[in-house]
Amino acid sequence: MNITLRMAWRNLWRHKRRTWLTVGAMIFSNLLLVFLISLQFGSYRMMIDNTLRSYTGHMQVQNKTYNDDPKIRNSFAAIIPLADEIRHQLGTDSVAARGVAFAMTSSKQRSYGLQIIGVEPDFETRVSTLPGLINKGHYFTDINAEEIIIGSVLARNLRVDIGDELTLLGSGRDGSFAAGIVIVTAIFESGVADIDRSMAQVPLGYFQSLFSMGDGGHNIVINAEDLPLVPLVQQNVNDIVHQRKELAVLGWNKLQPGLKQAIQADMASAWFMYAVLIVLVAFSVLNTQLMSVLERTREFGTMMALGVKPIRLGSLVITETFIMSSLGLAIGAVLGSALAYYLSIVGFSYPGMEEMAGKFNLPDRMYPSLSPLSIFLGPGIVFFCSLLASIYPALRLFFLQPVSAMKAV
Amino acid sequence: MNAIVCKDLCKTFKQGEEIITGLNNVSIIIEKGDFVCLSGPSGSGKTTLLNAIGGLDTPDSGEISIGDIRIDKLGKGALADMRLHNIGFVFQAYNLIPVLTARENVEFVMQVSGMSAAERSQKSHAILKEVGLEGMEDRRPAQLSGGQQQRVAVARAIVSQPTLILADEPTANLDSVASSQLMDLFTQLNRHHHITFVIATHDIRVMKYAKRLIGMEDGKIISDQINNDQTINVQTVNNKAQ
Ligand SMILES: Nc1ncnc2c1ncn2[C@@H]1O[C@H](COP(=O)(O)OP(=O)(O)O)[C@@H](O)[C@H]1O
Ligand SMILES: [Mg+2]
Repeated sequence: MNITLRMAWRNLWRHKRRTWLTVGAMIFSNLLLVFLISLQFGSYRMMIDNTLRSYTGHMQVQNKTYNDDPKIRNSFAAIIPLADEIRHQLGTDSVAARGVAFAMTSSKQRSYGLQIIGVEPDFETRVSTLPGLINKGHYFTDINAEEIIIGSVLARNLRVDIGDELTLLGSGRDGSFAAGIVIVTAIFESGVADIDRSMAQVPLGYFQSLFSMGDGGHNIVINAEDLPLVPLVQQNVNDIVHQRKELAVLGWNKLQPGLKQAIQADMASAWFMYAVLIVLVAFSVLNTQLMSVLERTREFGTMMALGVKPIRLGSLVITETFIMSSLGLAIGAVLGSALAYYLSIVGFSYPGMEEMAGKFNLPDRMYPSLSPLSIFLGPGIVFFCSLLASIYPALRLFFLQPVSAMKAV
Repeated sequence: MNAIVCKDLCKTFKQGEEIITGLNNVSIIIEKGDFVCLSGPSGSGKTTLLNAIGGLDTPDSGEISIGDIRIDKLGKGALADMRLHNIGFVFQAYNLIPVLTARENVEFVMQVSGMSAAERSQKSHAILKEVGLEGMEDRRPAQLSGGQQQRVAVARAIVSQPTLILADEPTANLDSVASSQLMDLFTQLNRHHHITFVIATHDIRVMKYAKRLIGMEDGKIISDQINNDQTINVQTVNNKAQ
């Protein structure tokens, strides 16, 4: 081993307790960072996934013009055969075609404007949690049935219940008059008042005939098995639909740009807390190395007298910090990963979480999401900042005068 | 040939309001291969002079040459290189690096001057043997006696084959046996390696090893004598050596 390295290593253990305290601070903060960042990533993943699975899906095939201008005429033809094709090619059932339109809905007493979604009964349940939120009645079975399911708020507003009739009035794709009578077969409660008030689903076949859609529709919703797989699946879907020039495959961040922004805002506030932790560790390193340089003034003075240049002494100090930081990084990352890994399997919940989860059809536990990024991001920054903090003690050596330094006690 | 030439060296220190004279117009010439003792009471300027010669401290005025290099004109980096390659230092308190073994203390200097590992280990072995520390190479300073530590320091000083060794009160912390062993070692290195020695001391036992005795007081040279087998010829007193 190189003598400088040996010297650095032994210097650290001249003050075992102090060194371990500093390394301990690094280990603790690294452990905490790995755990918190993994949990944060895990909760984002859950938040994104839950939001997307409730309705939007991980990605959608749409007419190129639809996302910017979601009008009924920006539809595309032969939507069900295409959905079948995608299901077949991807080998998954988590693909469902939809039509989207607006209509005036009237019961005997009242009328409300409503967003009407035409769905494939057999597949909608695979891409959306909404069918799972039905608390009265049953989901569709027939794609052509003249039935509707509505939210609980709307049901209250319209004063209707299961089995009652509703009249739909709107305009079809070609501008023609669209009118129909449907029977309420189910009432759902998502907990989101907006959805429960102003959204309803009808079977896609009926939707197409009601709104003069022919065999068309507005989007095909596709869910990947897991969020990280989205780019890959999106690529595959692209390959399947690329011959139809009028179509585009949009990922969730295009469909729900607000979601990413919300996450970025949350990330910023979390990083403020991490920064405090990291700065504390950096100061502890600064303190340790300043002290250790100070108490070795005489030794450094001697080395300078022998002809050793300050740059070499400075790199000794940095090497010592490097060793401490590496220990902190290795031990902290291992312990943090172990903790996060354990919790990513058994899950993690806080009081009240289960109750809330049950209400909104959400998972009742959080699972930290462990990845190379979540393991090394925090500890890597701690490592870097520790080295940065030891630059100041190292620089002080450049101002040392050998004669006066050797007089120091 | 001259190893050291000092001309009109002056150095003052400020201590609060007070101005203290370290060196007052000191001029000396020391020949290559000489064995010089600087003697004088405490505070007479011995250390200040050694530090100036060794390039550890810069005089306020005057000229210093080591060999044919004007070191008062050198920058910090060049001075460090000169100390590393041309001058060996031995201090009163040994000043070894406590976390390194005897061998590593010696090898450290060699590593700094860029020697290969093989050369280092071969050389450190030979030199530690020469200073009489065979078998103690792997001890740390704390496991060595004062005399042994000082010999490690000597080994460290000579390892880069310097032409000059400056020793400041090297025996002050040693008992008489260790002192005379150290002085014997110095004499031997002076004879066999033709290293010039300048030793600051107020130890009479050390002075008798000197070929030349320079006395200092209040930052001035007050006596300069050749020491011929204890018969002391007064050659020059005061001021300038030629
Ligand atoms: N760094 C310093 N600050 C103030 N005074 C000093 C300093 N170094 C040396 N001196 C003074 O300079 C004079 C000469 O000191 P020094 O060369 O150490 O003497 P010696 O080595 O002969 O005992 C003394 O009066 C001492 O107090
Ligand atoms: Mg002195």
